[in-house]
Amino acid sequence: MAQAFQLFEEDYQIINTTLARLLTESNARIVLLVDRSGQLISSHGDTSNLDSTAFASLSAGNFAATSALAKILGQDEFSVLFHQGEKESIHISVVQSRVILVVVFDNRTSLGLVRLRVKKSLEELSNVFENIFSKLGAVQNVGLDESFSSVAESEIDNLFRD
Amino acid sequence: MSLINYANKEINCKIVYYGCGLCGKTTNLLYVHKKIEGGTKGKLISLATETDRTLFFDFLPLDLGTIQGFTTRFHLYTVPGQVHYDASRKLILKGVDGLVFVVDSQVERIDDNIESLENLKVNLRTQGYEFDELPMVIQYNKRDLPNVIPVDELEKKLNHRGDPSFESIATDGIGVFDTLRAISKLVLADLSKQR
Ligand SMILES: Nc1nc2c(ncn2[C@@H]2O[C@H](COP(=O)(O)OP(=O)(O)OP(=O)(O)O)[C@@H](O)[C@H]2O)c(=O)[nH]1
Ligand SMILES: [Mg+2]
Repeated sequence: MAQAFQLFEEDYQIINTTLARLLTESNARIVLLVDRSGQLISSHGDTSNLDSTAFASLSAGNFAATSALAKILGQDEFSVLFHQGEKESIHISVVQSRVILVVVFDNRTSLGLVRLRVKKSLEELSNVFENIFSKLGAVQNVGLDESFSSVAESEIDNLFRD
Repeated sequence: MSLINYANKEINCKIVYYGCGLCGKTTNLLYVHKKIEGGTKGKLISLATETDRTLFFDFLPLDLGTIQGFTTRFHLYTVPGQVHYDASRKLILKGVDGLVFVVDSQVERIDDNIESLENLKVNLRTQGYEFDELPMVIQYNKRDLPNVIPVDELEKKLNHRGDPSFESIATDGIGVFDTLRAISKLVLADLSKQR
């Protein structure tokens, strides 16, 4: 089985502090941290009108596709992607080659400022994730006990049906 | 690789529907999306060609609610089955926790099914997975068509691990939820085993 990617309170708090600071300092609209398989780790900013689950999945797909393009060209993956829109733009960068940082911003800020603040945040996030990944395998699943499966199974029977 | 977040108590699992072109992967997700209750499902995202062939992936998030304090979610993905989309298929496998291998039961598609299963094993390896370590369910689809191979023969050709298998008519929804429930349970069982 693939090793589960586990996040604990302490690391998660550091991540959230960093993301919150990035949001304010860059004057961005939304900041998302997404696992490369497309799962949302954390989001900050006004996500009330955003389908962040879909957004996370598509960002990861987008990043994966461009990384594959880079490989075809025989180079390392692009470390930054930037999509400029009429109103909103998207800046995507990679942390420790395992996680991607997505910043959505509009004309209240500039690409230059976003880039600068992202760079700083990437250093912090990089440290946290290095720490998280070094613990992988060493930590136990602390929260899930035997009855988890049986409760989950009855919920699956309840909800996954026509 | 499922994501278990102990801080905000979330578990996310990724299930990938794999199989040759036109075998019915997207049809499975469409049916699940149509039938499952509003609060349980998110939006279905399909990155498809003009002719409704999957170009990159379909994505459907399902929310099981809170189990022992953990918000538990399944993210369903399909890959593009057409042979020439292999590069995209590899990318979708990243982080997979469980597989549904959808089989087109028609006589003339047997080689395509076998090739797709081999392709799955190769692609898993390039993503750093061992096929033998991943939970999988097999779905023998299109059982309504006249020219289908008997299931016991398909089992011999495709189900070497003895995984749970289901017959289906995805267009009518037959077997779709049996398959989904089986793989969801296997994935969660696998998750609580890793301790
Ligand atoms: N008769 C019959 N047709 C089916 C069944 N399941 C799917 N189909 C049809 O087969 C065609 C292909 O189905 P899709 O779900 O798009 O196939 P896919 O596996 O997603 O194909 P790709 O995206 O190219 O990989 C569609 O026209 C479906 O309506 C089935 O059980 N019986
Ligand atoms: Mg499809």
